[in-house]
Amino acid sequence: METLEPIVAGHPFFRGLDPRYLQMVATCASRVNFSAGQLLCRAEEEARQFFAILHGRVAVEIFSARRGPVTLQMLGEGEVLGWLWFDKPYHWHFDARALEITRVISLDVKALMETCEKNPDLGYELLKRYAHALAVQFRVARLQLMDMYGT
Amino acid sequence: MITKTPDPMLPTPWVVQRVRRETADTYTLELAGPRGAAGFAFAPGQFNMLYAFGVGEVPISISGDPERPETLMHTIRDVGSVTHAICGLKKGEALGVRGPYGTPWPVAEAAGSDVVVVAGGLGLAPLRPAIYHLLNHRADYGALELIYGARTPGDLLYRRELERWRGRFDIRVHVTVDSAGPDWRANVGVVTDLIARARFDPEHTLALVCGPGIMMRFTVRELLAQGLKPHRILVSMERNMKCGIGLCGHCQWGPFFICKDGPVFTFERIQDWFDRREV
Repeated sequence: METLEPIVAGHPFFRGLDPRYLQMVATCASRVNFSAGQLLCRAEEEARQFFAILHGRVAVEIFSARRGPVTLQMLGEGEVLGWLWFDKPYHWHFDARALEITRVISLDVKALMETCEKNPDLGYELLKRYAHALAVQFRVARLQLMDMYGT
Repeated sequence: MITKTPDPMLPTPWVVQRVRRETADTYTLELAGPRGAAGFAFAPGQFNMLYAFGVGEVPISISGDPERPETLMHTIRDVGSVTHAICGLKKGEALGVRGPYGTPWPVAEAAGSDVVVVAGGLGLAPLRPAIYHLLNHRADYGALELIYGARTPGDLLYRRELERWRGRFDIRVHVTVDSAGPDWRANVGVVTDLIARARFDPEHTLALVCGPGIMMRFTVRELLAQGLKPHRILVSMERNMKCGIGLCGHCQWGPFFICKDGPVFTFERIQDWFDRREV
């Protein structure tokens, strides 16, 4: 049976994680492929997965009745998708669409959270990594908001 | 024998040959010189004072190819009365030109180095002559990375040219916008984020940066974080130029007159003034 440990270990989000924890994370993981145009998630739906992108490109979109889908962010290899799996009500806030064939590690959020609850060291380690990803996103979002090319 | 030097405050009439609309409010004017003129020699990064007769004069960077001096090119955003008058000129109409003024991008000194060009919004216009130079002399340089950001795909300058450059194997072009529709395939995000994705050797790289102040501040911060030294980061600080020759003091910025000492500075030279709010 294929183990996902080496694949999880190779993703920047999990790189350097203790092998013991990698094994735990891998038990919550599966490999999923999306074809071009396919949605990885849809706003308001329950956020059951956390995606670590192995290959491909993903557009994070918000739908506006007047403008149609508006792309807010582009994600690619080595990045993660799924802002809110630590935060109730665990719903997606945006759509995410594969722009080309996209391969991801899909982590079952419920299983991962249960594993983290049982293993606080792993939970803390993942939270630190997640906080870094959020901090980067936050900085980018603020710069986008301030319209820096128009000032 | 006494030779009369040309009056630097006297504009020369140049005639509009072509007006190209780049975005909703930005136009590129191609100008031809007076009959018999040899062309307009300039260095990448320099600017001219353009005079809309009877309206006023504005400093505008030269955006054409320095190796094709027969055509003078300026890319202008229609934001005020003078730029509105200039953008409204038709083929065959004239405007006054004084220049070229200011310090250039040190493209010759960059030979042997990797070059990272970072542009935001209209900031691609003063960088385009440097890009032409780098591509015209491609063998003299190492890796060449162009990182360009704008609000939306509709705000990108020189769209066709960007696509052409992107198709080359000897320059990597990274384009990003703040938001886009579903047909947009390039990046959505900010230019500073793309710097980490660019391939260059920080020890042997020259960075050329031009854009709005905030964009440049965050870009310089990221370039320093990537390991570039302050003297290897060049920024164009265009602002308030009026006479173009360091006489009127309008563009004074700390100890510098931007029209004469700049607009292109090494970050090392201006770092004490770069973030200062009082100037």
